[in-house]
Amino acid sequence: MMIKGKVWKFKDNIDTDVIIPARYLNTSDPKELALHCMEDYDSEFVKKINQGDIIVAGRNFGCGSSREHAPIALKVAGVSCIIAKSFARIFFRNAINIGLPIFESEEIADQSSEGDFLEVDTVKGIIKNINKDRAYKLNPLPAFIQNIISLGGLREYVKEEVRRRNR
Amino acid sequence: MGKTIVEKILSAHTDTNNLRIGDIIKARVDFAFANDITAPIAIKYFKESGAKEVFNKKRVGLIPDHFAPNKDIKSAEQCKLLREFAQEYEIENYFEIGKMGIEHALLPEKGLVLPGDVVVGADSHTDTSGALGAFAIGVGSTDLAAIMALGEAWLKVSPTIKFIYSGKLNKWVSGKDLILYTISKIGVDGANYKVMEFSGEVIKRLSMDNRFTMCNMAIEAGAKTGIIEPDETTLEYLKGRAKRPFQIYKSDTDAHYEKIIEIDVSKIEPQVAFPHLPENAKPIGEAKGIKIDQSIIGSCTNGRIEDLRIAAEILKGQQVHSEVRLIIIPATQDVYLQALREGLIDIFIFSGAAVSTPTCGPCLGGYMGILAKGERAISTTNRNFVGRMGHPESEVYLASPAVAAASAILGRIASPEEVKQG
Repeated sequence: MMIKGKVWKFKDNIDTDVIIPARYLNTSDPKELALHCMEDYDSEFVKKINQGDIIVAGRNFGCGSSREHAPIALKVAGVSCIIAKSFARIFFRNAINIGLPIFESEEIADQSSEGDFLEVDTVKGIIKNINKDRAYKLNPLPAFIQNIISLGGLREYVKEEVRRRNR
Repeated sequence: MGKTIVEKILSAHTDTNNLRIGDIIKARVDFAFANDITAPIAIKYFKESGAKEVFNKKRVGLIPDHFAPNKDIKSAEQCKLLREFAQEYEIENYFEIGKMGIEHALLPEKGLVLPGDVVVGADSHTDTSGALGAFAIGVGSTDLAAIMALGEAWLKVSPTIKFIYSGKLNKWVSGKDLILYTISKIGVDGANYKVMEFSGEVIKRLSMDNRFTMCNMAIEAGAKTGIIEPDETTLEYLKGRAKRPFQIYKSDTDAHYEKIIEIDVSKIEPQVAFPHLPENAKPIGEAKGIKIDQSIIGSCTNGRIEDLRIAAEILKGQQVHSEVRLIIIPATQDVYLQALREGLIDIFIFSGAAVSTPTCGPCLGGYMGILAKGERAISTTNRNFVGRMGHPESEVYLASPAVAAASAILGRIASPEEVKQG
């Protein structure tokens, strides 16, 4: 998959309470969750981002709760990809499971600025910063995880596995 | 070379031979659960998967604890989804209000999660059950749906950091202070993707309730889980509770650890974690005098009977400060009943505290104690992120039940000694 989008920069330790505050977790409707994405960090964020934009963040993005509502809210709000120095473990799993591409890169986090345009080849792991005229090659994800992504997320993997077991 | 407790548990739950750090394995799950926030999405995906039943009706738990008793209509709808799903799929461990407790306190108490288990919960504080010597990890809803359907989870074999605690604990220093101190030393991502194994003479002498508190907050250092080797204290706790046979695993003396961190506890004072990260823990001396509007004693971190006993010891014969709301939330019905029998609830109510039925409520800013703009709380809960307990401009300071109780009396963050010396 090829993704092209504008960069929104975030600091270290962006937690899931900031991504989607718990006061909105009395629903699991993705559209409603998306309306409040990052609200306590920047109340205008949802209005400002365009479909396909990319978050570039510091360390430990998505720390805190296991709420899958966090990557769902980001994805539905328009975020197409997240690149961070590191991700909290559960957020990483959740993003992969719902099919939101995420990559770890210290370099990209350090070298890109808000407003830069990035081009991401999610299969090859090649990321280009158009404004800075730089290209980065990231380590491919483990084969098992690539398989989940190529099936379209963990849900499709489970469907296939259930079918196999029922045969 | 020897193996760690986690490597042994995972080896016993997978068909992969000779596990190595970094391997991705499929692990059989002994117990899986979700709450009223995470279950609705998991239920939806489970139904979509085509699975006709859950992998084991006795090994799935559904616990409406976050916004239950239902805080509003939307929450009521979410809880209803759990109830109906439990009925339709004959899930035995659905806990209705009146039997419900905060999941991570309830499941060990009911003997549903046991040493040697692989426990997977759709809640980040699932690591709490690591205190029993189980491998207990938090996941999201899609993962949980997969486990309910297949009875297994994909996992990466993580390295372990061993923490060895030695020395004599100071008065009023609890498991909460040890874990806050530890997180302050390694940072909120200091154990990201790794297991924290808590050990040493101090841990051996620590009660189960304090061990649960420590493992509960391993996630606040980014850890995959926290774990403590089962010992006499664990076995004593399990007597009359364990619902099925279990297996004890211990780390070999020559097991490989990514790192070993030794901590001398004799230097540790009661800790207070300042906003807005759990790693901002400082000794109580540096927090004294900060005015508070609210004090919360409860949650999956500190809502167990020992926590309430310590709070009662400090509150006995005292009055909550006129400008403070003290809210005490026993974590389970059994804890509540025990506190009632021991006269603790009397002490709380005479002191001017509000006592609630079990719920996660205020910990995550759900209800039952939301903060207004500019308000400040001291809390025995586990997170102090921006807006965690209410308004984005409110503040949460994390501490032990002793500090939260003393602070409620004095109207400012206070050491228990200030109250007990009268």
